[in-house]
Amino acid sequence: MRHLLSPMDFTTEELDKLFDLANDIENNPAKYAHACDGRILATCFYEPSTRTRLSFESAMLRLGGQVLGFSDAGSSSASKGESVSDTIKVISGYADICAMRHPKEGAPMVAAEKSDIPVINAGDGGHQHPTQTLTDLLTIRSLTGTIGNFTIGLCGDLKFGRTVHSLIHALERYEGINFIFISPQELRVPDYITEELKANNIPYEEVTNLETVMPQLDFLYMTRVQRERFFNEEDYIRLKDFYILDTAKMELAKPEMLVLHPLPRVNEISVEVDKDPRAAYFKQAKYGVYVRMALILTLLELV
Amino acid sequence: MLNVGKIEEGFVLDHIQAGKSLSIYEHLGLDKLDCTVAIIKNARSGKLGKKDILKVECPIDMLDLDILAFIDHNITVNVIKDGEIVDKRDLVLPKQIKNVIKCKNPRCITSIEQELPHIFFLADETKEVYRCKYCEEKYSERQK
Repeated sequence: MRHLLSPMDFTTEELDKLFDLANDIENNPAKYAHACDGRILATCFYEPSTRTRLSFESAMLRLGGQVLGFSDAGSSSASKGESVSDTIKVISGYADICAMRHPKEGAPMVAAEKSDIPVINAGDGGHQHPTQTLTDLLTIRSLTGTIGNFTIGLCGDLKFGRTVHSLIHALERYEGINFIFISPQELRVPDYITEELKANNIPYEEVTNLETVMPQLDFLYMTRVQRERFFNEEDYIRLKDFYILDTAKMELAKPEMLVLHPLPRVNEISVEVDKDPRAAYFKQAKYGVYVRMALILTLLELV
Repeated sequence: MLNVGKIEEGFVLDHIQAGKSLSIYEHLGLDKLDCTVAIIKNARSGKLGKKDILKVECPIDMLDLDILAFIDHNITVNVIKDGEIVDKRDLVLPKQIKNVIKCKNPRCITSIEQELPHIFFLADETKEVYRCKYCEEKYSERQK
């Protein structure tokens, strides 16, 4: 039995197979409409996340399966003090596969250690968010035909932004990736990531100014500064609007550069950018459903 | 000069950084074992100026010495049998450490999940970096 806790749990070859499957689902949805008949997905969300949860639920429903779960810790047994280990043992009897989001880092790993069913990490604190990474990789591959040989700028909260951590981790395995980390000093990428890049001789730069690096980028991955990651409200207020991507900044970019964003966005991308054909973030959200469908099928060994 | 007698079987842990012997005493679980232990603090040392020494009289398979490398890999481990040094062991950084140090990341699942062991893995051997198995937070000396 396999779980997905980190994007590194799958080899690049396995990811290619997964993405081929996702593209096949996109092109032939009817073929998969009953692939999960009689199966149940449990969505155990200990912190609110409408988007990721709905994406998982949509994925399972489109495969003909059913879903159950909770969407915040207050409505679960966690509010009564139940441990993650106990919860997953119980859920293992109720469902065939579980997607877990938890504010504490490593919680899905604890669940996987005790579980009788596949566990998918749907985001753990500021640590990992592997299904978002699979979404990002599938989007890149589907829109450009390949993954590799590009410069990607990651912008915003690179310290607590788990989508960013997972994506960097995953891209390290592809050829010719050049990273540019764009963030305020306080929200720089954690040292364990830069250490890893250095150790693997992967080029990266850390800058604070977005405009100056715009012309170099093949992808710009924008992120939101998330209130819930800050212990101090003052820091959040000061940093939340540090970067705002608008049409003026887009003019500095290459004509084929693509803008990605894990969504939801707040102010970091002006609505006016949505009309730009380079804005790929809504397509990205759709790819999120296809990749989760492919993942559910793969972990349930139905393909 | 203080004299501590010879031991018949056990270990002499020499060249311990001065002041660290009690921490090693605890990490080796010597407080829980019924054996004779001599803790020598601030002994004169040609190499270190001052050093601590631990003499432990016990069967030689009784102690898990892996943890010593994590605390201080410069410690000399002399294995004693029949009153003589029979072996000098090199210390190798353990690949994994369980329940010796605690993850201090307030966002880590180990901060709330009862009974969960605190496990660290060796992430970088050359830099001697350990990271929490669950949240990957680096263990830093300052947290001790």
